[in-house]
Amino acid sequence: MLKAVPTKEPSAQRVLIVAGILLVAGGMLFGDIFAVFTLHQNARQTAAVLMSAAQAVSNHDGSGVTNAFGQIGTLLEDRGTKVDAHVHMTDAGYLALLLALVQPYIALSQKTKKRLASLFIAGGVLLPVGIFLIHYVGTAYSPFTVIGWASVLADSAGALLIVVLIIELWALWKGRNRNLSMSEPALPPDRTWERRMLLSGGTALVLAGFLFGAWYAGFNLYAHEQRETRILGSILDSATTGSAIANGVTDYSLLGAEKAVSIAAHSHIIEFGLLAILLSFAQPYVFLSQSWKRRWVVTLLAGSVILPVFVLLELKLGLLAAAIADIGGALVILALAGMLAGVVRYTGAVDASQEVQS
Amino acid sequence: MSGAQKVLIIGGLILAAFGMLDGLHFALFVEHQTLEGMGASLNRAFVAAAEQQPAARGAALASYARTKYVYVRQVDVHSHWIGLAMLLIVLGAAFESVIFTNRTRLWIAFALLIGAAVFPLGVWLQTVISGPLPSALAIFGSALVTTALAFAIIGFSRTGSGKVDHSKS
Repeated sequence: MLKAVPTKEPSAQRVLIVAGILLVAGGMLFGDIFAVFTLHQNARQTAAVLMSAAQAVSNHDGSGVTNAFGQIGTLLEDRGTKVDAHVHMTDAGYLALLLALVQPYIALSQKTKKRLASLFIAGGVLLPVGIFLIHYVGTAYSPFTVIGWASVLADSAGALLIVVLIIELWALWKGRNRNLSMSEPALPPDRTWERRMLLSGGTALVLAGFLFGAWYAGFNLYAHEQRETRILGSILDSATTGSAIANGVTDYSLLGAEKAVSIAAHSHIIEFGLLAILLSFAQPYVFLSQSWKRRWVVTLLAGSVILPVFVLLELKLGLLAAAIADIGGALVILALAGMLAGVVRYTGAVDASQEVQS
Repeated sequence: MSGAQKVLIIGGLILAAFGMLDGLHFALFVEHQTLEGMGASLNRAFVAAAEQQPAARGAALASYARTKYVYVRQVDVHSHWIGLAMLLIVLGAAFESVIFTNRTRLWIAFALLIGAAVFPLGVWLQTVISGPLPSALAIFGSALVTTALAFAIIGFSRTGSGKVDHSKS
Protein backbone atom coordinates (compact mmCIF):
# COMPACT_ATOMS: atom_id res chain seq x y z
CA MET A 1 0.00 0.00 0.00
CA LEU A 2 1.29 3.41 -0.86
CA LYS A 3 1.83 6.03 1.76
CA ALA A 4 -0.02 9.31 1.46
CA VAL A 5 2.20 12.13 0.29
CA PRO A 6 0.99 15.50 1.54
CA THR A 7 0.32 17.95 -1.28
CA LYS A 8 1.26 21.59 -0.74
CA GLU A 9 -1.71 23.02 -2.57
CA PRO A 10 -5.05 21.48 -3.49
CA SER A 11 -5.60 20.74 -7.18
CA ALA A 12 -8.38 22.40 -9.22
CA GLN A 13 -10.26 19.10 -9.01
CA ARG A 14 -10.15 19.06 -5.23
CA VAL A 15 -11.11 22.76 -5.04
CA LEU A 16 -14.14 22.02 -7.23
CA ILE A 17 -15.13 18.97 -5.16
CA VAL A 18 -14.95 20.96 -1.92
CA ALA A 19 -16.81 23.94 -3.45
CA GLY A 20 -19.40 21.64 -5.07
CA ILE A 21 -20.20 19.93 -1.78
CA LEU A 22 -20.32 23.32 0.02
CA LEU A 23 -22.64 24.82 -2.61
CA VAL A 24 -24.99 21.81 -2.50
CA ALA A 25 -24.99 21.83 1.32
CA GLY A 26 -25.49 25.63 1.38
CA GLY A 27 -28.34 25.42 -1.12
CA MET A 28 -30.00 22.66 0.91
CA LEU A 29 -29.59 24.54 4.18
CA PHE A 30 -31.15 27.60 2.56
CA GLY A 31 -33.99 25.39 1.26
CA ASP A 32 -34.61 24.01 4.76
CA ILE A 33 -34.68 27.53 6.26
CA PHE A 34 -36.99 28.70 3.46
CA ALA A 35 -39.35 25.75 4.04
CA VAL A 36 -39.57 26.46 7.78
CA PHE A 37 -39.76 30.27 7.85
CA THR A 38 -41.21 31.41 4.51
CA LEU A 39 -43.05 28.80 2.47
CA HIS A 40 -46.15 28.20 4.60
CA GLN A 41 -46.45 31.85 5.70
CA ASN A 42 -46.28 32.94 2.06
CA ALA A 43 -49.03 30.45 1.09
CA ARG A 44 -51.27 31.77 3.90
CA GLN A 45 -50.71 35.39 2.83
CA THR A 46 -51.45 34.53 -0.80
CA ALA A 47 -54.74 32.84 0.22
CA ALA A 48 -55.68 35.93 2.27
CA VAL A 49 -55.03 38.26 -0.69
CA LEU A 50 -56.98 35.95 -3.02
CA MET A 51 -59.83 36.19 -0.52
CA SER A 52 -59.65 40.00 -0.64
CA ALA A 53 -59.69 39.85 -4.48
CA ALA A 54 -62.85 37.73 -4.32
CA GLN A 55 -64.37 40.17 -1.83
CA ALA A 56 -63.55 43.03 -4.19
CA VAL A 57 -65.49 41.10 -6.86
CA SER A 58 -68.36 40.82 -4.41
CA ASN A 59 -68.25 44.61 -3.88
CA HIS A 60 -68.06 45.23 -7.68
CA ASP A 61 -64.71 46.93 -7.04
CA GLY A 62 -62.58 46.47 -10.18
CA SER A 63 -59.63 48.50 -8.88
CA GLY A 64 -59.68 46.47 -5.64
CA VAL A 65 -59.26 43.33 -7.76
CA THR A 66 -56.31 44.82 -9.62
CA ASN A 67 -54.67 45.92 -6.32
CA ALA A 68 -55.09 42.43 -4.89
CA PHE A 69 -53.49 40.88 -7.99
CA GLY A 70 -50.59 43.30 -7.62
CA GLN A 71 -50.06 42.02 -4.07
CA ILE A 72 -50.29 38.40 -5.25
CA GLY A 73 -47.58 39.23 -7.81
CA THR A 74 -45.31 40.56 -5.04
CA LEU A 75 -45.91 37.47 -2.90
CA LEU A 76 -45.19 35.18 -5.85
CA GLU A 77 -41.96 37.10 -6.54
CA ASP A 78 -40.95 36.70 -2.88
CA ARG A 79 -41.54 32.93 -3.04
CA GLY A 80 -40.18 32.46 -6.57
CA THR A 81 -36.85 34.23 -5.97
CA LYS A 82 -36.23 32.14 -2.84
CA VAL A 83 -37.02 28.89 -4.67
CA ASP A 84 -34.74 30.01 -7.52
CA ALA A 85 -31.90 30.94 -5.12
CA HIS A 86 -32.16 27.46 -3.54
CA VAL A 87 -32.25 25.68 -6.92
CA HIS A 88 -29.44 27.71 -8.49
CA MET A 89 -27.07 27.30 -5.54
CA THR A 90 -27.63 23.53 -5.47
CA ASP A 91 -27.32 23.21 -9.25
CA ALA A 92 -24.10 25.28 -9.26
CA GLY A 93 -22.81 22.70 -6.76
CA TYR A 94 -23.75 19.83 -9.10
CA LEU A 95 -21.99 21.58 -11.98
CA ALA A 96 -18.88 22.09 -9.83
CA LEU A 97 -18.82 18.35 -9.06
CA LEU A 98 -19.34 17.57 -12.75
CA LEU A 99 -16.46 19.91 -13.69
CA ALA A 100 -14.27 18.21 -11.07
CA LEU A 101 -14.86 14.94 -12.95
CA VAL A 102 -13.47 16.29 -16.23
CA GLN A 103 -10.50 18.27 -14.82
CA PRO A 104 -7.90 15.59 -15.73
CA TYR A 105 -8.95 15.87 -19.39
CA ILE A 106 -8.83 19.69 -19.55
CA ALA A 107 -5.92 20.87 -21.71
CA LEU A 108 -4.89 23.81 -19.52
CA SER A 109 -2.18 24.45 -16.95
CA GLN A 110 -2.99 23.76 -13.30
CA LYS A 111 -2.74 27.50 -12.57
CA THR A 112 -5.33 28.39 -15.25
CA LYS A 113 -7.59 25.55 -14.13
CA LYS A 114 -7.50 26.86 -10.56
CA ARG A 115 -8.27 30.40 -11.75
CA LEU A 116 -11.25 29.06 -13.70
CA ALA A 117 -12.37 27.07 -10.65
CA SER A 118 -12.21 30.25 -8.53
CA LEU A 119 -14.24 32.17 -11.12
CA PHE A 120 -16.80 29.37 -11.27
CA ILE A 121 -17.14 29.36 -7.49
CA ALA A 122 -17.53 33.17 -7.45
CA GLY A 123 -20.30 32.89 -10.07
CA GLY A 124 -21.92 29.97 -8.22
CA VAL A 125 -22.10 32.03 -5.01
CA LEU A 126 -23.06 35.40 -6.52
CA LEU A 127 -25.83 34.02 -8.77
CA PRO A 128 -28.09 32.78 -5.94
CA VAL A 129 -27.20 35.82 -3.79
CA GLY A 130 -28.28 38.12 -6.64
CA ILE A 131 -31.51 36.16 -7.19
CA PHE A 132 -32.30 36.26 -3.45
CA LEU A 133 -31.82 40.05 -3.36
CA ILE A 134 -34.11 40.77 -6.35
CA HIS A 135 -37.23 40.90 -4.17
CA TYR A 136 -35.63 43.19 -1.56
CA VAL A 137 -33.61 45.56 -3.77
CA GLY A 138 -36.24 45.99 -6.48
CA THR A 139 -35.33 48.79 -8.86
CA ALA A 140 -33.81 51.10 -6.19
CA TYR A 141 -31.04 53.35 -7.63
CA SER A 142 -31.28 51.44 -10.92
CA PRO A 143 -30.93 53.32 -14.21
CA PHE A 144 -33.30 50.79 -15.81
CA THR A 145 -37.07 50.86 -15.46
CA VAL A 146 -37.59 47.11 -14.96
CA ILE A 147 -34.18 45.59 -14.13
CA GLY A 148 -32.72 46.24 -10.66
CA TRP A 149 -29.13 45.97 -9.42
CA ALA A 150 -29.76 42.55 -7.90
CA SER A 151 -30.88 41.27 -11.33
CA VAL A 152 -27.73 42.80 -12.84
CA LEU A 153 -25.63 40.96 -10.23
CA ALA A 154 -27.45 37.66 -10.87
CA ASP A 155 -27.21 38.00 -14.66
CA SER A 156 -23.50 38.92 -14.50
CA ALA A 157 -22.80 35.93 -12.26
CA GLY A 158 -24.76 33.70 -14.67
CA ALA A 159 -22.72 35.09 -17.58
CA LEU A 160 -19.50 34.37 -15.65
CA LEU A 161 -20.58 30.75 -15.19
CA ILE A 162 -21.37 30.46 -18.90
CA VAL A 163 -17.95 31.92 -19.88
CA VAL A 164 -16.12 29.49 -17.55
CA LEU A 165 -18.14 26.55 -18.90
CA ILE A 166 -17.40 27.54 -22.51
CA ILE A 167 -13.64 27.76 -21.77
CA GLU A 168 -13.73 24.38 -19.96
CA LEU A 169 -15.61 22.81 -22.90
CA TRP A 170 -13.12 24.31 -25.35
CA ALA A 171 -10.17 23.00 -23.32
CA LEU A 172 -11.86 19.59 -23.03
CA TRP A 173 -12.32 19.50 -26.83
CA LYS A 174 -8.70 20.64 -27.32
CA GLY A 175 -7.45 17.82 -25.12
CA ARG A 176 -9.68 15.09 -26.59
CA ASN A 177 -7.04 13.37 -28.72
CA ARG A 178 -3.94 14.41 -26.85
CA ASN A 179 -2.05 12.20 -24.53
CA LEU A 180 -2.07 14.91 -21.89
CA SER A 181 0.77 15.09 -19.46
CA MET A 182 -1.90 15.49 -16.84
CA SER A 183 -1.46 18.19 -14.25
CA GLU A 184 -3.66 15.98 -12.09
CA PRO A 185 -4.50 12.29 -12.30
CA ALA A 186 -7.76 10.83 -13.59
CA LEU A 187 -10.16 9.59 -10.95
CA PRO A 188 -9.14 6.02 -10.22
CA PRO A 189 -11.45 3.11 -11.18
CA ASP A 190 -13.13 2.01 -8.01
CA ARG A 191 -15.49 -0.86 -7.15
CA THR A 192 -15.74 -0.27 -3.43
CA TRP A 193 -18.95 -0.83 -1.45
CA GLU A 194 -19.39 2.95 -1.05
CA ARG A 195 -19.14 3.52 -4.81
CA ARG A 196 -21.55 0.71 -5.66
CA MET A 197 -24.05 1.86 -3.04
CA LEU A 198 -23.94 5.47 -4.23
CA LEU A 199 -24.20 4.49 -7.90
CA SER A 200 -26.99 1.91 -7.53
CA GLY A 201 -28.74 3.86 -4.74
CA GLY A 202 -28.51 7.11 -6.69
CA THR A 203 -29.86 5.51 -9.87
CA ALA A 204 -32.66 3.88 -7.83
CA LEU A 205 -33.58 7.30 -6.42
CA VAL A 206 -33.70 8.75 -9.95
CA LEU A 207 -35.85 5.81 -11.06
CA ALA A 208 -38.22 6.27 -8.10
CA GLY A 209 -38.54 9.98 -8.93
CA PHE A 210 -39.17 9.13 -12.57
CA LEU A 211 -41.88 6.57 -11.72
CA PHE A 212 -43.54 9.03 -9.34
CA GLY A 213 -43.43 11.76 -12.00
CA ALA A 214 -45.02 9.40 -14.56
CA TRP A 215 -47.74 8.47 -12.07
CA TYR A 216 -48.37 12.16 -11.29
CA ALA A 217 -48.54 13.09 -14.99
CA GLY A 218 -50.84 10.16 -15.75
CA PHE A 219 -53.28 10.45 -12.87
CA ASN A 220 -53.04 13.92 -11.30
CA LEU A 221 -51.75 16.57 -13.73
CA TYR A 222 -54.88 16.88 -15.90
CA ALA A 223 -57.19 16.45 -12.89
CA HIS A 224 -55.36 19.26 -11.06
CA GLU A 225 -55.59 21.55 -14.08
CA GLN A 226 -59.32 20.97 -14.44
CA ARG A 227 -59.83 21.37 -10.68
CA GLU A 228 -58.02 24.73 -10.68
CA THR A 229 -60.29 26.20 -13.35
CA ARG A 230 -63.36 24.77 -11.60
CA ILE A 231 -62.34 26.21 -8.21
CA LEU A 232 -61.57 29.65 -9.67
CA GLY A 233 -65.00 29.59 -11.35
CA SER A 234 -66.68 28.63 -8.08
CA ILE A 235 -64.85 31.43 -6.20
CA LEU A 236 -66.13 33.93 -8.75
CA ASP A 237 -69.64 32.41 -8.61
CA SER A 238 -69.66 32.72 -4.82
CA ALA A 239 -68.35 36.28 -4.98
CA THR A 240 -70.99 37.26 -7.55
CA THR A 241 -73.89 35.65 -5.71
CA GLY A 242 -72.70 36.77 -2.28
CA SER A 243 -72.33 33.23 -0.87
CA ALA A 244 -69.36 31.94 1.15
CA ILE A 245 -66.07 32.61 -0.65
CA ALA A 246 -63.84 31.07 2.00
CA ASN A 247 -64.51 27.45 0.97
CA GLY A 248 -63.36 28.11 -2.59
CA VAL A 249 -60.22 29.92 -1.42
CA THR A 250 -59.44 27.04 0.97
CA ASP A 251 -59.89 24.53 -1.88
CA TYR A 252 -57.59 26.64 -4.07
CA SER A 253 -54.89 26.76 -1.36
CA LEU A 254 -55.21 23.01 -0.83
CA LEU A 255 -54.82 22.36 -4.54
CA GLY A 256 -51.72 24.61 -4.60
CA ALA A 257 -50.28 22.61 -1.70
CA GLU A 258 -51.04 19.27 -3.42
CA LYS A 259 -49.25 20.41 -6.56
CA ALA A 260 -46.31 21.88 -4.62
CA VAL A 261 -45.61 18.75 -2.54
CA SER A 262 -45.90 16.48 -5.60
CA ILE A 263 -43.47 18.57 -7.64
CA ALA A 264 -41.09 18.99 -4.67
CA ALA A 265 -41.05 15.22 -3.99
CA HIS A 266 -40.45 14.45 -7.70
CA SER A 267 -37.63 16.97 -8.15
CA HIS A 268 -35.89 16.37 -4.80
CA ILE A 269 -35.68 12.59 -5.10
CA ILE A 270 -34.19 12.90 -8.62
CA GLU A 271 -31.72 15.61 -7.56
CA PHE A 272 -30.61 13.54 -4.57
CA GLY A 273 -30.11 10.60 -6.93
CA LEU A 274 -27.87 12.69 -9.16
CA LEU A 275 -26.00 13.97 -6.10
CA ALA A 276 -25.37 10.42 -4.91
CA ILE A 277 -24.02 9.41 -8.35
CA LEU A 278 -21.76 12.50 -8.46
CA LEU A 279 -20.49 11.87 -4.94
CA SER A 280 -19.56 8.31 -5.90
CA PHE A 281 -16.76 9.77 -8.02
CA ALA A 282 -15.42 11.79 -5.09
CA GLN A 283 -15.12 8.78 -2.75
CA PRO A 284 -11.40 8.14 -3.44
CA TYR A 285 -10.79 11.67 -2.12
CA VAL A 286 -12.77 11.14 1.10
CA PHE A 287 -9.94 10.51 3.54
CA LEU A 288 -11.84 8.70 6.29
CA SER A 289 -11.89 5.17 7.66
CA GLN A 290 -14.03 2.72 5.71
CA SER A 291 -16.64 2.50 8.46
CA TRP A 292 -17.10 6.29 8.53
CA LYS A 293 -17.26 6.46 4.74
CA ARG A 294 -20.02 3.84 4.83
CA ARG A 295 -21.87 5.68 7.59
CA TRP A 296 -21.98 8.88 5.54
CA VAL A 297 -23.14 6.99 2.44
CA VAL A 298 -26.00 5.36 4.40
CA THR A 299 -26.89 8.70 6.05
CA LEU A 300 -26.98 10.45 2.66
CA LEU A 301 -29.19 7.79 1.07
CA ALA A 302 -31.49 7.63 4.11
CA GLY A 303 -31.97 11.43 4.10
CA SER A 304 -32.51 11.33 0.33
CA VAL A 305 -35.45 8.95 0.81
CA ILE A 306 -36.88 10.51 4.00
CA LEU A 307 -37.11 14.10 2.70
CA PRO A 308 -39.19 13.51 -0.47
CA VAL A 309 -41.38 10.78 1.10
CA PHE A 310 -42.33 12.98 4.06
CA VAL A 311 -42.74 16.10 1.90
CA LEU A 312 -45.37 14.04 0.06
CA LEU A 313 -46.99 13.02 3.35
CA GLU A 314 -47.24 16.63 4.59
CA LEU A 315 -50.85 16.92 3.44
CA LYS A 316 -51.85 13.82 5.42
CA LEU A 317 -49.66 14.13 8.52
CA GLY A 318 -49.23 17.92 8.68
CA LEU A 319 -46.41 19.46 10.70
CA LEU A 320 -45.11 16.10 11.92
CA ALA A 321 -44.32 15.09 8.33
CA ALA A 322 -42.80 18.53 7.65
CA ALA A 323 -40.54 18.14 10.68
CA ILE A 324 -39.44 14.63 9.59
CA ALA A 325 -38.81 15.94 6.06
CA ASP A 326 -36.59 18.67 7.55
CA ILE A 327 -34.71 15.99 9.51
CA GLY A 328 -34.21 14.14 6.20
CA GLY A 329 -32.73 17.33 4.72
CA ALA A 330 -30.52 17.74 7.78
CA LEU A 331 -29.26 14.14 7.36
CA VAL A 332 -28.21 14.87 3.77
CA ILE A 333 -26.44 18.06 4.91
CA LEU A 334 -24.75 16.13 7.73
CA ALA A 335 -23.56 13.44 5.31
CA LEU A 336 -22.23 16.12 2.96
CA ALA A 337 -20.39 17.77 5.87
CA GLY A 338 -18.91 14.40 6.86
CA MET A 339 -17.69 13.69 3.32
CA LEU A 340 -16.42 17.26 3.04
CA ALA A 341 -14.35 16.78 6.19
CA GLY A 342 -12.84 13.70 4.53
CA VAL A 343 -12.03 15.61 1.33
CA VAL A 344 -10.42 18.43 3.33
CA ARG A 345 -8.34 15.89 5.29
CA TYR A 346 -7.23 14.27 2.01
CA THR A 347 -3.45 14.36 1.77
CA GLY A 348 -2.81 13.46 -1.84
CA ALA A 349 -2.77 9.68 -1.49
CA VAL A 350 -4.68 9.06 -4.70
CA ASP A 351 -2.63 11.57 -6.68
CA ALA A 352 0.58 10.14 -5.28
CA SER A 353 -0.39 6.52 -5.99
CA GLN A 354 -1.36 7.34 -9.56
CA GLU A 355 1.81 9.33 -10.14
CA VAL A 356 3.91 6.42 -8.85
CA GLN A 357 1.99 3.89 -10.99
CA SER A 358 2.40 6.02 -14.11
CA MET B 1 -14.19 5.28 -23.38
CA SER B 2 -16.58 2.48 -24.37
CA GLY B 3 -19.29 2.77 -27.05
CA ALA B 4 -22.02 3.01 -24.40
CA GLN B 5 -20.16 5.81 -22.64
CA LYS B 6 -19.76 7.70 -25.94
CA VAL B 7 -23.50 7.34 -26.66
CA LEU B 8 -24.39 8.66 -23.21
CA ILE B 9 -21.86 11.49 -22.94
CA ILE B 10 -22.03 12.80 -26.52
CA GLY B 11 -25.81 12.26 -26.68
CA GLY B 12 -26.18 13.98 -23.30
CA LEU B 13 -24.09 16.97 -24.41
CA ILE B 14 -26.13 17.36 -27.63
CA LEU B 15 -29.40 17.03 -25.70
CA ALA B 16 -28.19 19.57 -23.09
CA ALA B 17 -27.22 22.05 -25.83
CA PHE B 18 -30.59 21.54 -27.51
CA GLY B 19 -32.40 21.96 -24.16
CA MET B 20 -30.46 25.15 -23.42
CA LEU B 21 -31.24 26.61 -26.86
CA ASP B 22 -34.88 25.74 -26.30
CA GLY B 23 -34.65 27.42 -22.85
CA LEU B 24 -32.96 30.51 -24.30
CA HIS B 25 -35.70 30.85 -26.92
CA PHE B 26 -38.32 30.25 -24.22
CA ALA B 27 -36.82 32.85 -21.84
CA LEU B 28 -36.38 35.52 -24.53
CA PHE B 29 -39.54 35.13 -26.59
CA VAL B 30 -42.10 33.09 -24.67
CA GLU B 31 -41.90 33.04 -20.87
CA HIS B 32 -42.49 36.67 -19.87
CA GLN B 33 -45.18 37.12 -22.49
CA THR B 34 -46.94 33.93 -21.35
CA LEU B 35 -46.72 34.84 -17.65
CA GLU B 36 -48.06 38.32 -18.34
CA GLY B 37 -50.85 36.81 -20.44
CA MET B 38 -51.73 34.37 -17.66
CA GLY B 39 -51.83 37.08 -14.97
CA ALA B 40 -53.79 39.42 -17.24
CA SER B 41 -56.37 36.69 -18.07
CA LEU B 42 -56.96 35.91 -14.40
CA ASN B 43 -57.16 39.60 -13.52
CA ARG B 44 -59.61 40.10 -16.41
CA ALA B 45 -61.77 37.22 -15.19
CA PHE B 46 -62.02 38.72 -11.70
CA VAL B 47 -62.64 42.27 -13.00
CA ALA B 48 -65.31 40.94 -15.42
CA ALA B 49 -66.96 39.15 -12.51
CA ALA B 50 -66.87 42.38 -10.46
CA GLU B 51 -68.47 44.20 -13.38
CA GLN B 52 -71.04 41.39 -13.76
CA GLN B 53 -70.04 40.35 -17.27
CA PRO B 54 -70.36 36.54 -17.17
CA ALA B 55 -69.45 35.96 -20.83
CA ALA B 56 -66.20 37.96 -20.54
CA ARG B 57 -65.47 36.22 -17.25
CA GLY B 58 -65.87 32.77 -18.82
CA ALA B 59 -63.71 33.67 -21.82
CA ALA B 60 -60.95 35.11 -19.62
CA LEU B 61 -60.96 32.03 -17.36
CA ALA B 62 -60.80 29.70 -20.38
CA SER B 63 -57.91 31.75 -21.79
CA TYR B 64 -56.11 31.47 -18.42
CA ALA B 65 -56.60 27.67 -18.35
CA ARG B 66 -55.34 27.23 -21.92
CA THR B 67 -52.30 29.50 -21.43
CA LYS B 68 -51.38 27.72 -18.20
CA TYR B 69 -51.77 24.28 -19.85
CA VAL B 70 -49.22 25.30 -22.52
CA TYR B 71 -46.90 27.11 -20.05
CA VAL B 72 -46.65 24.13 -17.66
CA ARG B 73 -45.71 21.81 -20.53
CA GLN B 74 -43.19 24.26 -22.02
CA VAL B 75 -41.40 24.54 -18.66
CA ASP B 76 -41.52 20.74 -18.26
CA VAL B 77 -40.03 20.16 -21.71
CA HIS B 78 -37.10 22.52 -21.05
CA SER B 79 -36.35 21.23 -17.54
CA HIS B 80 -36.72 17.54 -18.49
CA TRP B 81 -34.49 17.81 -21.57
CA ILE B 82 -31.70 19.42 -19.55
CA GLY B 83 -32.27 17.25 -16.47
CA LEU B 84 -32.20 14.05 -18.50
CA ALA B 85 -29.15 15.27 -20.44
CA MET B 86 -27.30 15.81 -17.15
CA LEU B 87 -28.35 12.33 -16.02
CA LEU B 88 -27.00 10.84 -19.28
CA ILE B 89 -23.64 12.61 -18.87
CA VAL B 90 -23.25 11.58 -15.23
CA LEU B 91 -24.30 7.98 -15.94
CA GLY B 92 -21.95 7.97 -18.93
CA ALA B 93 -19.03 8.89 -16.69
CA ALA B 94 -19.91 6.01 -14.36
CA PHE B 95 -20.97 3.47 -16.96
CA GLU B 96 -17.79 1.42 -16.72
CA SER B 97 -19.21 0.31 -13.36
CA VAL B 98 -22.30 -1.23 -14.97
CA ILE B 99 -21.39 -4.90 -14.89
CA PHE B 100 -22.91 -6.25 -18.12
CA THR B 101 -21.46 -7.18 -21.51
CA ASN B 102 -20.59 -4.28 -23.81
CA ARG B 103 -23.51 -5.20 -26.07
CA THR B 104 -26.04 -4.99 -23.21
CA ARG B 105 -24.51 -1.73 -21.99
CA LEU B 106 -24.86 -0.29 -25.48
CA TRP B 107 -28.54 -1.28 -25.58
CA ILE B 108 -29.12 0.35 -22.19
CA ALA B 109 -27.32 3.51 -23.35
CA PHE B 110 -29.38 3.75 -26.56
CA ALA B 111 -32.62 3.16 -24.64
CA LEU B 112 -31.68 5.96 -22.23
CA LEU B 113 -30.77 8.37 -25.03
CA ILE B 114 -33.85 7.69 -27.18
CA GLY B 115 -36.14 7.84 -24.14
CA ALA B 116 -34.55 11.09 -22.92
CA ALA B 117 -35.09 12.70 -26.34
CA VAL B 118 -38.55 11.32 -27.11
CA PHE B 119 -40.26 11.79 -23.72
CA PRO B 120 -40.01 15.64 -23.61
CA LEU B 121 -40.70 15.74 -27.37
CA GLY B 122 -44.05 14.03 -26.72
CA VAL B 123 -44.83 16.57 -23.99
CA TRP B 124 -43.94 19.44 -26.35
CA LEU B 125 -46.17 17.98 -29.08
CA GLN B 126 -49.08 18.09 -26.59
CA THR B 127 -48.97 21.88 -26.90
CA VAL B 128 -49.01 21.79 -30.70
CA ILE B 129 -51.26 18.94 -31.85
CA SER B 130 -54.19 17.15 -30.29
CA GLY B 131 -54.91 13.42 -30.32
CA PRO B 132 -53.20 10.41 -28.73
CA LEU B 133 -49.84 10.56 -30.60
CA PRO B 134 -48.07 13.10 -28.31
CA SER B 135 -49.09 11.26 -25.13
CA ALA B 136 -48.16 7.90 -26.69
CA LEU B 137 -44.67 9.27 -27.51
CA ALA B 138 -44.25 10.67 -23.99
CA ILE B 139 -45.30 7.33 -22.46
CA PHE B 140 -43.00 5.37 -24.81
CA GLY B 141 -40.06 7.66 -23.98
CA SER B 142 -40.58 7.50 -20.22
CA ALA B 143 -41.02 3.70 -20.35
CA LEU B 144 -37.69 3.40 -22.19
CA VAL B 145 -35.87 5.57 -19.61
CA THR B 146 -37.51 3.70 -16.72
CA THR B 147 -36.59 0.25 -18.05
CA ALA B 148 -33.03 1.33 -18.88
CA LEU B 149 -32.56 2.84 -15.41
CA ALA B 150 -33.76 -0.41 -13.82
CA PHE B 151 -31.11 -2.33 -15.80
CA ALA B 152 -28.46 0.26 -14.85
CA ILE B 153 -29.27 -0.25 -11.15
CA ILE B 154 -28.82 -4.01 -11.52
CA GLY B 155 -25.52 -3.42 -13.35
CA PHE B 156 -24.21 -0.96 -10.75
CA SER B 157 -25.08 -3.21 -7.83
CA ARG B 158 -23.39 -6.30 -9.25
CA THR B 159 -19.98 -7.14 -7.79
CA GLY B 160 -16.89 -8.22 -9.68
CA SER B 161 -16.00 -7.58 -13.28
CA GLY B 162 -16.24 -11.09 -14.71
CA LYS B 163 -19.21 -10.26 -16.89
CA VAL B 164 -17.61 -7.28 -18.60
CA ASP B 165 -16.29 -7.84 -22.07
CA HIS B 166 -13.54 -5.27 -22.54
CA SER B 167 -12.48 -6.52 -25.94
CA LYS B 168 -14.77 -4.15 -27.81
CA SER B 169 -14.13 -1.12 -25.63
